[in-house]
Amino acid sequence: MKLHEHQAKEIFAKYGIPVPEGKVAFSLKEAKEVAKELGEYPLVVKAQVHCGGRGKAGGVRVVKSEEELEQAVNDLLGKVLKTFQCPDGKPVNRVLIERATNIDKEYYLAITLDRSKSKPVIMASAAGGMEIEEIVKENPEAIIIQTIDPELGLMPYQARELAYKLGLPVREFTSIALNLYKIYTELDASLVEINPLVLTKEGTLVALDAKLDIDDNSLFRHKDLEELEDESQIPKLEAEAKKYGLNYIKLNGNIGCMVNGAGLAMATMDIIKLAGGEPANFLDVGGGANVEQIANAFRILMADPDVKVVFINIFGGILRVDRLAQGLIEASKMVELRVPVVARLEGTNVEEGKRLLQESGLNFIIAEDMWDGAKKAVELAKQAQ
Amino acid sequence: MAILVNKDTKVLVQGITGKEGSFHAKQCKEYGTKIVAGVTPGKGGTQVEGIPVFNTVREAVEETGANCSLIFVPAPFAPDAIVEALDNGIELIICITEGIPVRDMMMVKDYMVKNYPNAKLVGPNCPGVITPGEAKVGIMPGHVFKRGKIGIVSRSGTLTYEAAYQLTKLGLGQSTAVGIGGDPVHGLTHKDVIEMFNKDPETEAILMIGEIGGTEEEEAAEYIESEVKKPVFAYIAGVTAPPGRRMGHAGAIIMGGKGTAQAKMKALEKAGVYVIDNPAKIGETVASVLNKIK
Repeated sequence: MKLHEHQAKEIFAKYGIPVPEGKVAFSLKEAKEVAKELGEYPLVVKAQVHCGGRGKAGGVRVVKSEEELEQAVNDLLGKVLKTFQCPDGKPVNRVLIERATNIDKEYYLAITLDRSKSKPVIMASAAGGMEIEEIVKENPEAIIIQTIDPELGLMPYQARELAYKLGLPVREFTSIALNLYKIYTELDASLVEINPLVLTKEGTLVALDAKLDIDDNSLFRHKDLEELEDESQIPKLEAEAKKYGLNYIKLNGNIGCMVNGAGLAMATMDIIKLAGGEPANFLDVGGGANVEQIANAFRILMADPDVKVVFINIFGGILRVDRLAQGLIEASKMVELRVPVVARLEGTNVEEGKRLLQESGLNFIIAEDMWDGAKKAVELAKQAQ
Repeated sequence: MAILVNKDTKVLVQGITGKEGSFHAKQCKEYGTKIVAGVTPGKGGTQVEGIPVFNTVREAVEETGANCSLIFVPAPFAPDAIVEALDNGIELIICITEGIPVRDMMMVKDYMVKNYPNAKLVGPNCPGVITPGEAKVGIMPGHVFKRGKIGIVSRSGTLTYEAAYQLTKLGLGQSTAVGIGGDPVHGLTHKDVIEMFNKDPETEAILMIGEIGGTEEEEAAEYIESEVKKPVFAYIAGVTAPPGRRMGHAGAIIMGGKGTAQAKMKALEKAGVYVIDNPAKIGETVASVLNKIK
């Protein structure tokens, strides 16, 4: 789960990490009140969206007067911000108003999991402000990494080493790094990132931006964080799928996929591409999907206007194929079948399942295997265009 | 021979009285697996499908000599269950549970590596391990598998069944199939399992089913290049997955340009692995290559 910058900064502040003075505003009126509280200009208006690359897309404005503030807030609030990372854009329903910072130099600081070691790592660089991917690509030496022992946690000497290498005020930096690690562990973060961490002209350190991603699996013990989720940042069909325990991700193609299991779902997307088509989505109904989930999955696929054909690829193991076929038949009674459906079913009781579908009177096209199904779906999608 | 589990493996099921636990304990038992005990705190003294249930792993091990644990305990309590098994000398732990917080798994793995270097953990969030005809310690449909000479290691469940089904249909059986799971922190890795298959005289060829995210496939490629003489086949799922989006499995994500299917396939090809690009042709490819080699 992703948090907004302003939410992350509020948490940072609680943990003693210095952030610019500021507050979130949901309306122009609130924005003006925040500006008044902060006192003098210049101020910074930052669109709050779950997407990187805001700066380049005009989502961050420095304002020198109330007129400019009004202009900036009106430009952003209620609009959709498109960035190179989110070409479809994200709605801006809140802005963060902050006091401007006198930037001397920008740094990068983050803590995340190193999967190959199964341990956390702290990463720092003097090339702040850039995407970490770009830093690594351009100059892997520019990033300093320390592996953290999960039992001991981040040791102060590790933070000091980073501070000395980067030439940063040692005591201040060490405090920020240790507190950042505290956030990482106490909040079950999958990523906590300060980019940029700013050395001000006054010689102090400030987290100018804040990114905090929480491990979804841990939300059962972080009810307070779960409430912070801004659903407007998640595409509508994805949010709906989530409610039914379905894993759905919208993609650019026109072949809707319904598959059980994440690996097989990815393989199904790949095979559609291999057959010359484009998947409209990733949809994993899970290993033990029930009739209701199948029905909801079906409804979500049919609700996507881009979908011209549906390809169902199910390998029934524990979930028997005849039960699944019954589910599909039930589902198609509830949802209008506005596009052709290709079904590839395999596994336990497959013959009975296929018979049920064929005798249902519904227009299901039964595929021999995965490849046959993919080719049939691609052919139908081409005809529909 | 095969690897990890066989007809002599004595399995205890942690979380046996739950819906999943009792269903699969029965399925495993019917397959012929030696399910000797179940553990659910507070349910000691009862029975599930004729399997005695104990309050603690300690009692279960003392009474039955169990040497392998199959875990269905819900995510918030699964880390405790894994450590309970470790502390009672269980050296093979197969954890099916999905949704364990990454931080908990990190702590458990750290504890295991430091205190029980010989213990093996499979999963979590995995289908388990099957040695066809001998023991099924997991949730896979047993009838899809057939005993033979191909070792399968995979990060995914249904895709493993798909691959095994394709192989079995062509008469190519499996020595053992191991589902290592799709979480970012898990026990045995692709490389660990390939190393076991490499040493197993019954296994004559290895099929690896990987997916986007992490660098495990690349690490396996390095090992294969220097150590494995047996033919190795690989399929990597997620060629079309967009970066930054988690594809179902908590670990299946392309981050910072790392972990793409293309990079993995390239590393594997360089290591002399037969990389299969069409998931419907896994069986066919293995069969035709093995025929040529003979």
